[in-house]
Amino acid sequence: MTALAVSVVGSGRLARLRSAGGGWLVVASALMLLAFVLAAVLAPVLAPYDPDLPVLGNVLAPIGAQHLLGTDQVGRDTFSRLLFGARTSLVGPLAVVVVATVLGVATGLLAGWRGGWVDAAISRVLDILFAFPGLLLAILAVSLFGKGVVAPVIAMAIAYTPFVARQVRGLVLTAKARPFVSAYAVQGFGAFSIATRRVLPNIAPTMLAQATVLFGYALLDLASLSFLGLGVQPPTADWGAMINQSRGAVLLGQPLSAVVPSVMVILTVVAFNVVGEELGDRIAKRDR
Amino acid sequence: MTRRLGPWPAYLARRLGAVVGTLVVTSFLVFASLHVAPGDPVAFLVQGRSPSPEAIAAVKEQYGLDQPFLTQYLHWLGGVLHGDLGRSFQFRENVGSLLTARLGTTLALVLMSAILITVVGLAAGIIGSLHAGRTADRFVLVLTTLLAAVPSFVAAILLISLFSVRLGWFPTFGAGTGLVDRAYHLALPSLALSLTFIALVGRVTRSAMLDELGREHVEVALSRGMPRRTVVRRHVLRNALGPIATISGLLVAGLLVSSAIVESAFGLNGLGSLLVQSVDKGDFPVVQAIVLIVVTAFVVVNLVVDLLQPLIDPRSLAGTAAR
Repeated sequence: MTALAVSVVGSGRLARLRSAGGGWLVVASALMLLAFVLAAVLAPVLAPYDPDLPVLGNVLAPIGAQHLLGTDQVGRDTFSRLLFGARTSLVGPLAVVVVATVLGVATGLLAGWRGGWVDAAISRVLDILFAFPGLLLAILAVSLFGKGVVAPVIAMAIAYTPFVARQVRGLVLTAKARPFVSAYAVQGFGAFSIATRRVLPNIAPTMLAQATVLFGYALLDLASLSFLGLGVQPPTADWGAMINQSRGAVLLGQPLSAVVPSVMVILTVVAFNVVGEELGDRIAKRDR
Repeated sequence: MTRRLGPWPAYLARRLGAVVGTLVVTSFLVFASLHVAPGDPVAFLVQGRSPSPEAIAAVKEQYGLDQPFLTQYLHWLGGVLHGDLGRSFQFRENVGSLLTARLGTTLALVLMSAILITVVGLAAGIIGSLHAGRTADRFVLVLTTLLAAVPSFVAAILLISLFSVRLGWFPTFGAGTGLVDRAYHLALPSLALSLTFIALVGRVTRSAMLDELGREHVEVALSRGMPRRTVVRRHVLRNALGPIATISGLLVAGLLVSSAIVESAFGLNGLGSLLVQSVDKGDFPVVQAIVLIVVTAFVVVNLVVDLLQPLIDPRSLAGTAAR
């Protein structure tokens, strides 16, 4: 989670990597993400088997024509579970990012625009929130409201809010100093109207870039929670939960059903980071 | 020199004040969360268990639930400050002694990981920055990009699968006894915990070094014929350490939370696995205590990092550090 701090500070680190390898990495990442989203949407159509149906005669099957990616420890088709798992694994982080962005933009805009004691108070609260890692707050939420996804998603969104708010506040302060803002003020536009209708669109691309990177981290945190058995509950398919349930098979020397969702998690997060940093770089270039 | 160090006490007081403020608010939030839980606090605390009237009375007494909210908080905070973190329901033991028994494993794990992260992360970042744009740098970039996306539980499972099950080099379970045995048992767990953070520290180091390498004073030193090694060590690395330390401090929170995942994956009896187990069993006093400890550790580590900054770079106190 604290990785966020770094990703925000260090956006654009991939520039050299890309110039070395060309834009193919970004294109490949974007296409892969698109494919994953499509797979999640079309899961009921694409999945060859019922993802939750155990077939005890066919446990831990290897990769083959029958089962594209083998079966897990109770004989469920890994490929089908991967497809349905994409839904839970992608919708959770999406909710985290949307809520965190809404909360963060609201508080950051307020702090940056009003300044003074409002800014000081909001900044203090954000500083304190920084001390609560997303996963810790999510675990606390589970202990209060029980296992599941809704409470952790809200808790995580709150934990991610400071990262968005701080960035928005900085952007607003910069935007406020630019001539177009005073031009609107002179024309008689109200502060609220300028802030929401003129400044907000101005900073929106940067927020999108940050949200993309945040998505990757939210996915990691939520998958970790499901791995701990506190998030998505069985039998629902989820990449983190799938890895958790395959731990016994791993110890028996049958890691396939754990490796497949692991690869999915890594690929998705790498792709989100690559795309997010590319967006960040483009915006930085545009603003320069 | 004395003039520059003048504001030190003021700086110290300001930072300490902020830390105390954060801790007070944190303790309040952690305490108040009990009342956020749906339903009656007593029912929530004893959830799922068939409580005897004495047990209910004990819970009420411990949390002072008959008293007004603010009194409850102060009562609880007073206990915490005196080391009384309440009683665990699942172990029927004082939370304090429960935590002390498990602290060693977590500390050893986090310490080993911290060493790994610092050594490998710094090395990767320095090598990358000194070979910017060349093969070594590209290798560092690709590897850190990949590792930054490997969550600790995935690393744990893959490491267990390869090194413990397939090759049989390392144990899959337990923390070992004695120094050597413990280090051996914790080798894979600390590696699993470190990978992401090595990548992050490596990237931060690389970019901080590149920032410094591009500065005029570095060019001047080089043009005066000073050996590159000396310039890198005394002018580049020294200046880059400040930002690296700041960001490393921020990573500590993530490290502590991730240790919960690694401990669970490797069956280690540490604070993290205790947290997960306590959430699972609805043992709220233990959850509260561990959340409080993690946040406190994070805040204290960052205080130390901040207080060390003037030692790394005396200009930071005078506010004249090149930014």
